[in-house]
Amino acid sequence: MLVIALDTSTPAVTAGLVALDGGRPRALAERATINPRAHGELLMPHLLDAMAEAGHELADADAIVVGAGPGPFTGLRVGMATAAALGQACGRPVHPVCSLDAIAAEAAVDGPLLVATDARRKEVYWAAYDADRRRIDGPHVQRPADVPTSGFTTAAGTMAELLGLAVAEPRHPTPVGLVAAAREALSGEPAPLVPLYLRRPDAAEPGKRKSVLTRGGK
Amino acid sequence: MTGDRVVLGIESSCDETGVGLVRLTADGTVELLADAVASSVDEHARFGGVVPEIASRAHLAAMVPTMRRALDQSGLKLSDVDAIAVTAGPGLAGALMVGVAAAKAYASALGVPLFGVNHLGGHVAVDTLEHGPLPERCLALLVSGGHTQLLLVEGIAEKITEVGSTIDDAAGEAYDKVARILDLPYPGGPPIDRQARLGDPAAIAFPRGLTGPRDPRYDFSFSGLKTAVARWVETEQRAGREIPVPDVCASFQEAVADVLTAKAVRAARDLNVDTLVISGGVAANSRLSALAAQRCAEAGIRLRVPRPRLCTDNGAMIAALGAHVLAAGAKPSPLDMPANPGLPVNTIVIQ
Ligand SMILES: [Zn+2]
Repeated sequence: MLVIALDTSTPAVTAGLVALDGGRPRALAERATINPRAHGELLMPHLLDAMAEAGHELADADAIVVGAGPGPFTGLRVGMATAAALGQACGRPVHPVCSLDAIAAEAAVDGPLLVATDARRKEVYWAAYDADRRRIDGPHVQRPADVPTSGFTTAAGTMAELLGLAVAEPRHPTPVGLVAAAREALSGEPAPLVPLYLRRPDAAEPGKRKSVLTRGGK
Repeated sequence: MTGDRVVLGIESSCDETGVGLVRLTADGTVELLADAVASSVDEHARFGGVVPEIASRAHLAAMVPTMRRALDQSGLKLSDVDAIAVTAGPGLAGALMVGVAAAKAYASALGVPLFGVNHLGGHVAVDTLEHGPLPERCLALLVSGGHTQLLLVEGIAEKITEVGSTIDDAAGEAYDKVARILDLPYPGGPPIDRQARLGDPAAIAFPRGLTGPRDPRYDFSFSGLKTAVARWVETEQRAGREIPVPDVCASFQEAVADVLTAKAVRAARDLNVDTLVISGGVAANSRLSALAAQRCAEAGIRLRVPRPRLCTDNGAMIAALGAHVLAAGAKPSPLDMPANPGLPVNTIVIQ
């Protein structure tokens, strides 16, 4: 099957077309640009470039996989909105995957692994994986110093070096990693397309004013 | 009919997710087919104003369901769509990006041209769905929680020039703030309008901003008015007197409607235009529409106000502007077009 893979949860704007036929997923074509301000501009051109290079139309894809974060909200939503609209317009299922899982799925190391990406405000999004790359903790958002690293020797992701462990590639989710992480989900009903925000919106309720007013009737 | 084209419009600049469909016929008329809106207004109410992150989250959740509703209303399929228009700005950055990203994906998947259009132009264009083509030149007064502007429109797809605007708060913002002072719910427009009908508009002489002889002729200011209301209420409370909310609302509303209509009629006369379009969420205000009707009649100006449902933010207004831009033969916007929170009003379509 042919799978479109999109991720905008990190400063990388990532789009690709991946073939999945029994074995490991294979990237037919992919585009990635590191630019935290250009998700909205570049994602769709990247996807169309990748499709053209692979010699396929958007409608040829059998499914869409999108990184659901966690990630900085505005950029993250670009990938989610793009995937949702593509899925509706092409009549294809859209499967969200945790973007940290996509990084873990591609990490070129053995043994357990931590994945950390930039959550801004001096915090990281992180998750922990066993040697089979099953997520055993997270995703969470915390200060790097508060991430429990005992039992781990290696970390991947954009903020891997902040955890004081050996650093492994990849730093960003890749199309192959996204499809690998979605592998089991692809055969079932898609999960709801909801971003992993992990934080509430910043908003303060105004203080109450005491009412001493007389109002007209209805 | 051959030559007819279906234009889809997507709006996400503030707290309404809108998807509209219009039909552009060969003779250039534009007809409304569907208008689906999902609003996050209730989620903002306890904060007393639109919270951008809450609005952006709501847009993402609402985009596909709102699209589905618009298609259901029209009985059309996405494959019937011939062009897509989307609000490229002005508006809230994170909110705009959801609509723009979705629009790029819809346009790419359907293989149709995409037009990134100006939200303010959409507020004017929407009137053609109700009252037919606009004259060659007309003046538009846009009043809402986000905008207060006087625009000279010389061809809806050709040339829009800002004549005047608020130098501080938008008119709708002033309504929200005064509502808060008076413990009325958010958004402030409807409850203040209701209270005002029970009060005396001449009870309190609130100031008319920027109406002195040396002030800019077409600009507006509402922050002084809001402060004047707050001060008046505070003084009365200190003196132990009850606050006559209907009178405060009526007098406040009178000050807003007076300045808006006086300046709009003045600009129309100065610029020699005979048609005024009033649009935006505040256009539905009862006193504004009554006073505008009276003053336009006295000045021999034709007044056009779309029905309230079309005045507030929606996708139909963006589809309407997209249809006019398409009819004028504009080049589609590039797929790497950014959302532009500060898009100037004279940029009708992103090129
Ligand atoms: Zn508006």
